[in-house]
Amino acid sequence: MLSHAEASENFIADAARTDWHDETLWLVREKRDKVSKVLPEWEALREHASQIKDHTLANLGEYLQAFEAKAQANGITVHWAADAAEHNAIVHEIIAAQGSKILVKSKSMLTEECHLNDYLVSKGIEVIDTDLGERIVQFRNEAPSHIVLPAIHLKKEDVGETFHQFLGTPKGNKDPQFLTEAARQHLRGHFLASEVAITGVNFAIAETGEFVVCTNEGNADMGAHLAKVHIACMGIEKIIPKRADLAVFLRLLARSATGQLITTYSSHFHQPREGQEMHIVLIDNGRTRQLADPKYKNSLKCIRCAACFNTCPVYRRSGGHSYHQPVAGPIGSILAPNIDKKANVDLPFASTLCGSCSNVCPVKINIHEQLWFWRQDLMAAGLAPAAKSIGMKLMAFVLSNPAIYRLGGSLIRRFSGVLNTRLNPWYKQREMPVAPKESFQEWYKKR
Amino acid sequence: MRVALFVPCYIDQFYPQVAVASLELLEKLGCEVVVPKDQTCCGQPMANSGFASSTKGCDANFSQNFEGFDYIVGPSGSCVLHLKEHHPSEKIRASVYEICEFLTDVLKVTSLSAKFPHRVGLHQSCHGQRGLHLSSMSERNDKPFSKLQDLLAMIDGIEVVLPQREDECCGFGGTFCVTEEAVSVKMGQDRINAHDANAVNYIIGVDTSCLMHMEGILRRQGSKVQVKHIVEILNHA
Repeated sequence: MLSHAEASENFIADAARTDWHDETLWLVREKRDKVSKVLPEWEALREHASQIKDHTLANLGEYLQAFEAKAQANGITVHWAADAAEHNAIVHEIIAAQGSKILVKSKSMLTEECHLNDYLVSKGIEVIDTDLGERIVQFRNEAPSHIVLPAIHLKKEDVGETFHQFLGTPKGNKDPQFLTEAARQHLRGHFLASEVAITGVNFAIAETGEFVVCTNEGNADMGAHLAKVHIACMGIEKIIPKRADLAVFLRLLARSATGQLITTYSSHFHQPREGQEMHIVLIDNGRTRQLADPKYKNSLKCIRCAACFNTCPVYRRSGGHSYHQPVAGPIGSILAPNIDKKANVDLPFASTLCGSCSNVCPVKINIHEQLWFWRQDLMAAGLAPAAKSIGMKLMAFVLSNPAIYRLGGSLIRRFSGVLNTRLNPWYKQREMPVAPKESFQEWYKKR
Repeated sequence: MRVALFVPCYIDQFYPQVAVASLELLEKLGCEVVVPKDQTCCGQPMANSGFASSTKGCDANFSQNFEGFDYIVGPSGSCVLHLKEHHPSEKIRASVYEICEFLTDVLKVTSLSAKFPHRVGLHQSCHGQRGLHLSSMSERNDKPFSKLQDLLAMIDGIEVVLPQREDECCGFGGTFCVTEEAVSVKMGQDRINAHDANAVNYIIGVDTSCLMHMEGILRRQGSKVQVKHIVEILNHA
């Protein structure tokens, strides 16, 4: 697996495509700016949402139990999963009981996190992703590169090529409307035939036992309304106390995500229709561990809007796949180390700590500060390459001793020419600063 | 007013003119400036690389040099932010100022006798802006303000232009500039292109580290655009 830095270098090698990717996502950031700035109460709304989430996380157990009781009373079957393996097994069991070999699934980052598709395929079950972007990357055997815009790394030419290969559209056709229609026809058959539909969950309401799924394509509704069995998969942090709270989040979610006022569909699932089975799988998968750590706890406030992706100057120039995790970008970089420190040691360093992510976050997660904390924790866990540890300790020693610092400084200035080598990553595409004869302190002594 | 001048290590070694301008400017404004001679580094390079545990020596040395001063002023938003957020001494955290905020908030400067008849592009260094709140931020729905532009407005002849995406990061990012070399340079190139589109002669900012990074790219490109720290402008005769 390539590190973020290595994968980014490959991504940037195609400068024109990198510019296109950067500009496309910047447009989304600009749309978000526009719709957030027409609301005079925007900053208060963020604060309100943040406080609702803080309160919920502080009382998570109670709200989860309240939700479970209400949902059960509504006729929904509630399942609890400690980790991805349990989650996948539960989902498989439900499908197997139905005897289905194929199902439709709308967008769910949680099932990406659990690698549910791979698991079900290994059990002989075909999964049809019905979100257009997700279907495109699924055809290509790729992971989504963005949690809201899964195929944002692809141009319409790429999609045309993929659809030509998998749906038989005419070669060279890259007309978005034509291609969308082809996908629509293709998916329609699956919607009609599938007996099981999986959806994600954006919000689950403790007060009523209902859950809310937000999409722009209506694909979640299409799947869930036609299938005999609806399975909704959610992380335990998706809970909110009351229906009234939902208004706060729905106003923030789409504005932050795409600059829309609200998602096209905000569907409430309250109880199964007659003859339908409705299941909800609640999963921990490391979330309670995160909850227990005051430094990282509030990352669980995330509503997966991806505003931090769109604003991140690093993400826009490195692409989602460089983060090698289902959730990329700044938020992914603080979530992933909680699951596996070693595999994700590069991610908290894939940032300049510019702080833009924390500023756009609709629930006020201090993302850039958590990146800093993860850097400390990962290095303390002994995950630094030996050269870095030694280098840092040497640097700390020199900078702690004024006399050695002065000597080191004068040597570096005198012999700075030796750094003009391709072995110095700075020098690869940048000149070194011109070393002055005197340091400031040397000048000051003579003043 | 007695002020201790904090000169970040790389400014001391590579950009002494920034420290000279800071010293002269503060003296011009009537401050008694002390330069502690054994100061080195604030510890940020280690801390931002995940080795905050190794900054105890730097922290102690900083304390030894700067203890007892009510005003510690430095020409670097990033180093000042690091001290404000992470130095173990509460007194030091409360006494350290980035030089522009010291000028606007403590000295309450309303006029400067300086001229700089050039078209300059202002780079908003992230740590000064988002960390120290030297200006309002494009992401937020707050009342616009800029301590930097307030100061620059006192300079004769200057024309200040903001680039498109007025507060996007330049990509320096401390050790990020070498560990994520490709992204870092791409970000820097993009910032420079945005300034170039405004046909500026100088790129100025509050953090010499951002400027060093952009200067490295400009010089490799053979560009005529120069970089200057904002204090060099505020102190320009």
